[in-house]
Amino acid sequence: MSAAGVGPAPRRGWRSAATWVGAAIVGAVLFCAVFAPLLVPHDPFAQDLNNRLATPFWMDEGHDPAHLLGTDGLGRDYLSRLIYGARISMMIGVLTVVTSGLIGITLGVLGGFAGGRVDDAVLFAITCRLSIPVVLVALAVVGLLGSSLILVVLTLGLLLWDRFAVVARSTTMQVRNLDFVAAAWCAGCSRFHILLREVLPNIASHLVVVATLEMALAILLEAALSFLGLGVPPPLPSWGLMIAEAKEYMFFSPWVIVIPGVALFVLVLGINLLGDGLRDLFGTETET
Amino acid sequence: MLRFLVRRLIVALLVAATVVTLAFMLTRLSGDLAISIAGANATQQDVEQVRRAYGLDRPLVVQFFDWVGRAALGDFGQSYFFKQRVSELIAERMPVTVTLGLVGLAIALVVSLPLGIIAAVRENTAVDRLVQLVALIGQAMPSFWLGLILMVTLGLRLGWLPISGTGSWEHYVMPGIVLAFSAIPALTRLTRSGMIQALASDYIRTARAKGLSRASILLKHALRNAAIPVVAIAAVQLGFMLGGSIVIESVFALHGVGFLAWESIGKNDFPVVQAVVLVLAVIYIGLTMLADLMNAVLDPRLRSA
Repeated sequence: MSAAGVGPAPRRGWRSAATWVGAAIVGAVLFCAVFAPLLVPHDPFAQDLNNRLATPFWMDEGHDPAHLLGTDGLGRDYLSRLIYGARISMMIGVLTVVTSGLIGITLGVLGGFAGGRVDDAVLFAITCRLSIPVVLVALAVVGLLGSSLILVVLTLGLLLWDRFAVVARSTTMQVRNLDFVAAAWCAGCSRFHILLREVLPNIASHLVVVATLEMALAILLEAALSFLGLGVPPPLPSWGLMIAEAKEYMFFSPWVIVIPGVALFVLVLGINLLGDGLRDLFGTETET
Repeated sequence: MLRFLVRRLIVALLVAATVVTLAFMLTRLSGDLAISIAGANATQQDVEQVRRAYGLDRPLVVQFFDWVGRAALGDFGQSYFFKQRVSELIAERMPVTVTLGLVGLAIALVVSLPLGIIAAVRENTAVDRLVQLVALIGQAMPSFWLGLILMVTLGLRLGWLPISGTGSWEHYVMPGIVLAFSAIPALTRLTRSGMIQALASDYIRTARAKGLSRASILLKHALRNAAIPVVAIAAVQLGFMLGGSIVIESVFALHGVGFLAWESIGKNDFPVVQAVVLVLAVIYIGLTMLADLMNAVLDPRLRSA
C-alpha cells in the first residue's frame, strides 16, 4: 500500500467529493436525530387503524397526501417513525463507540506503552475477544436480561473494542520511541502525563478513523438485533425493528421494507465514506 | 517451526479455556436460572424442584467444573426444550451451517479475487474506483435486509430461487450470496493491496524483462504472492461467517446451528446456548490457528515470530 496515498489529482478530487457526500449524509441524519420532535409531521407512536399501509408518494394507488412515506401496518406515519429512528441509530452508534473506545484505547495504549507482560496480557485479551461470536453473544445477553436500549449499548460496547485496542496498541508502539516522548521523560513528566498529553494526541487521528468504522458496525448490529426481536423493544421506531414489523407485508407492499432499509444503508455508507475520507486526510494507513 | 507450533497451540488452549469460562458465566447473568426455567407462573415449590432437578442447588464452582468436564468429552447435557441431547442437536444442525458458510465463502472468493486483481492492474482508474465503490456498498449493506430484498425479487417476483428451507442446493444460493456480502469488502481490498505490492516488486520486473506473457505474470507470479494473506484471511472470515450466519439462518428459516441458538435464546434453553457459543468459538480458534499455520508454511519469514 506504499504508493496508494500518492494518486494523481483526479483521484483526490473524487475522494474529497465522496468525503463531502459522507459528511452531508451523517450531518443530515444527525440533524434529524437532534431535532426529531420539531421535524416530524405526525406523532410516530399514534396508531390509526383505519389508515393502515397507506402507500408512499411515488405510488399513485392508495397514497394519502397527509403521509409522505405512507403508514405502517398499524397506521403509524412512516416518515415520522423514520426520523425518530435516526435518533436510535445515532444514539446507539455514538454511545457504543464511547464505551468500546474507552475500553479498547485504555487496553491498547497500556499494552503498547508498557510492553512486556502487560502487552502479552492485552494481546491475549484481544485474541479472546475475537474468538467470541459477537452476534450470538449479544443476542444471548439481551435475551437473558430483557431488551432495552441501554443494554444493547452496553453489550455492543463490551464486544466491539477489539479494533480500538489493536490500532491504539500498534500506534502507541510507534509513538513511544519518538524524540518528543524521550524529551518529556527527561523533563520529568509523570507516566500518566506522557500517556495523556504526548501519546494520546498523536494517535488520535488513527482512533477517529476506527471510531467511524465501529460506529457503522454498531448501527448495523443494533438493526440486526432489533430485527431478530432481541434489540430495542417496540414500540420504539428502530429501523431494524421497522423492517421486522414490516416483514409480514413485504410480499404485497415491498416499500415497507425498502424505506427503513435504504435509510440504514445510506447512513452506514455515509459514515464509511466519511471514515475513508478522514483516513486519506490524516494520511493514516490503518488497515482493517 | 516446532517451537512456533507449540507456542501457538498453548495460546489457543488458553484462549479456549477463557472462552469456556465466559460462556458459562454468560448464562448465569440473569441471576437465578431456576426461576427463569420454571417460568413466570411457577410457585416457590416448583422453582425448588427445578433447582434440584438441574443440579442448580450445588455451589457455582462445582457446577462449573462439572460442566467443563462433561463439555471436554463432548457432553453438553440435555436440552430443556427439545428433550434431546445438546450434542445430538448440534451435530444434526451443523451440516446446514457449515454448508452455508462454505457456499458463502466460495461466492465471496469468486467475486473478490477477480475484482481485486482488476482494481490492482487498473490502479487509480475508473475501474479501480468502481471496485472500491462495490466494496463500500458491500460494507454498508444490512445483511438481513438484503436477504429480504432478494426473497422478494429473486424469489417472489422472478421465481428463480426458493424462498426458505433446506430442501435442495438451490436453497443455499440466496443465503450464500447474502453471507458472501459480509466478506467481499475485506477480501477485495486485501487482494487489491497485495497485488499492487506484488506488481511493484523486482521479480515482476524480471518476469517482464524475460518476456513472459501478461497472464502468466499476473496469475503465476503476482497472484501467488498476493494470495498468501488472502488465503489466511479467508479462513478467519469463514469463522466470522459461521458466527454471523445466525441472522441469515433466521431470515431464510435455514435450520442450522444459528437458527437453533436463536430458538434456544427465545426459550431460555441455556445448555444449548452455552454449547453453541462454545462450539462456534472453538471452530473460530481452530480456523485462526490454521490461518497462522498456512501463513507460516507459505511464508518462511513469519516462522521466527
